[in-house]
Amino acid sequence: MKRVFPILAILTAGLLSYGLYGALIQAPTEQTMGEVQRIFYYHVPSAWTAFCLFFVNLAASIAYLVRRNPKADALALASAEVGVVFCTVVLVTGPIWARPVWGIWWTWDLRLTLTLVLWLIYVSYLMLRRFSSSGQTPLMAAVLAVLGALDVPLVYFSIWFFRTQHPQPVVGGGGSIDPRMLHVLLVNWLAFMCFGTLVCWSRYRLEMVRRQVEETQALESLLAAGGSR
Amino acid sequence: MTDTPIIAVTDLVKQFGRFAALRGVSASFDAGRLYAILGDNGAGKTTLLRALAGLTPATRGSLAMLGTTNLREVCGQMGYMAHPSLLYDEMSGLENLRYFARLYGIRDDARCEAVIRSVNLDPSLARPVGQYSQGMRQRISLARALLNDPKILLLDEPFSNVDVRSAREMAGLLAKLRDGGKTILVVTHQAGLLRGVADEFVWMEAGRIVKRTRDWEPTEAM
Amino acid sequence: MSRTAGVTRATLVKDLRLEWRSKDAINSMLFFALLVVVIFSFSFDPTAEESRRIAGGLVWVAFLFAAVVALNQTWARELRNQVLDAYRVSPAPAHSLFLAKVVGNFIFVSVLEALMTPLFVVFYNLRAIGPAYQLLVVAALGTWALVVNGTFFAAMSLRTRSREIMLPLLLFPITIPALLAMVEATSSILTGEFSAKFWIVLLAVYDVVFTTGCVLFFEIVLHGE
Repeated sequence: MKRVFPILAILTAGLLSYGLYGALIQAPTEQTMGEVQRIFYYHVPSAWTAFCLFFVNLAASIAYLVRRNPKADALALASAEVGVVFCTVVLVTGPIWARPVWGIWWTWDLRLTLTLVLWLIYVSYLMLRRFSSSGQTPLMAAVLAVLGALDVPLVYFSIWFFRTQHPQPVVGGGGSIDPRMLHVLLVNWLAFMCFGTLVCWSRYRLEMVRRQVEETQALESLLAAGGSR
Repeated sequence: MTDTPIIAVTDLVKQFGRFAALRGVSASFDAGRLYAILGDNGAGKTTLLRALAGLTPATRGSLAMLGTTNLREVCGQMGYMAHPSLLYDEMSGLENLRYFARLYGIRDDARCEAVIRSVNLDPSLARPVGQYSQGMRQRISLARALLNDPKILLLDEPFSNVDVRSAREMAGLLAKLRDGGKTILVVTHQAGLLRGVADEFVWMEAGRIVKRTRDWEPTEAM
Repeated sequence: MSRTAGVTRATLVKDLRLEWRSKDAINSMLFFALLVVVIFSFSFDPTAEESRRIAGGLVWVAFLFAAVVALNQTWARELRNQVLDAYRVSPAPAHSLFLAKVVGNFIFVSVLEALMTPLFVVFYNLRAIGPAYQLLVVAALGTWALVVNGTFFAAMSLRTRSREIMLPLLLFPITIPALLAMVEATSSILTGEFSAKFWIVLLAVYDVVFTTGCVLFFEIVLHGE
């Protein structure tokens, strides 16, 4: 396992560079939107990566509820944090893209709104983790994660129907996509997924080390004050 | 009485973050006896009692009550009393007990009234519990713990702030309950009240049981 | 199973009786609800035509804020004298306590809504163009959605620092689809422009999903520590 990390890091660096080259130079300029459209190669892969990470969070939370394994809890925390970061990227790049193209900062577009709600749900998850007293944090957080995940399809359908009743511009472009653009998009997605995995993994390891330190300190306090029984 | 202890604690550890309230408690308690648990503040007495009551899951170690480690199974046979009254201030004693009786599946008013009388209180008293004197409140709280006729009674500081006469009456009542076959664990700072009543005195210090004695003398360092 | 129903009923009756006896909670809540309506009316003072369009949103946001204040009170009573411990040591099932609290809150919040609605109608000159009976369905389903999650997250917040702020932090994001449904359904009915059927179905599904989820998970929340 230890050797995979540096290999993955190098691969990620390579993919990100290639993706950057692809996004800025290789991909053809979009017909109607111009150069601004290139942000699409960061906006969309970030969204997909965030969704994948949130899915990992759900799986880890369920694993924790079933097995009570602290590793699952650490993974849930790591994936939530990194997922929120990618979500933030989506939410920032969306308006940056929308403003020059459509003249508006925000649109209750399906993907953007769904991302916003996901962002809110997972930030509230992180707040719960921060504010709750340490004994039951993993359990409560896992419950919240599952409830949040149950919410997602409902969010999707509610926004979808809302938009059919109140149509608005779509950020991200629908319809067919030029195969060269698709190629760059997929490369960037792969790069982001590798990057996301890398960061999540690091965060996970950091969390495990932090817990070990805490446990050692707790053990010390346990053995202190008096000798053996 | 069988030979197996009714309560068996093995290496119980309870940590709140970095603070270890219980540092490996091992003990067994036999049925039909009254144990007084003594110790300074912070010794872990309340934490131990709460762990036995199933209110605080242990960090490590095991706990068996009435032969099982699944405390939820046997909680119907346990009674718990704490320093706060565990009662609703705005309802009368009988109303409170009627509600808690329901939680144990007891729909019988007569039982509630009998239990209230057994602690020397008047069941028809309409005064809300919040207006009781401390002695009365401790007694009605004990009544609540006795509702389901539990095999095991866990009492945390039942005599605190109670006048001497009520306290002595309560101690006498506990002795009677013990004679009737109940196992009683009493955490208290007033060991003197249980002299001659308790079967054994258990001393705790810094999250461990340090000694167990049959008697307690006023000259002891507690 | 009858034991569960018995405990739920006993707990509900006990809660209602306690609520009735300590009338301060009710009085302050009613007054708060009134204040919310008045402030909203000052802030948004549109013509009758526009108001029908936005009233759906205003009313539900007002209900939401009033509900949050009410929900925070829910468990406060169980913390005094640590009464919740008495429940936890008893064999009574966790979901009975939860259902009793949810129903109690539902009644309480419905009373608040019943008070606030006529005020909104008066201040905004509201009149339903679509089928008005559907508004009752929306109100019932929507209130249940708020209350079921609100009661659950209020219980979760008990074990956190900054207890009062945690409830809205946890509640608002997850309730967004239900809120959207409530608002859109109400607007649809008031303006008569669209059918509210989809939203009503969505609310019903939301209620079923989250009632089930919360009931199942409440055991963990109650006996956590």
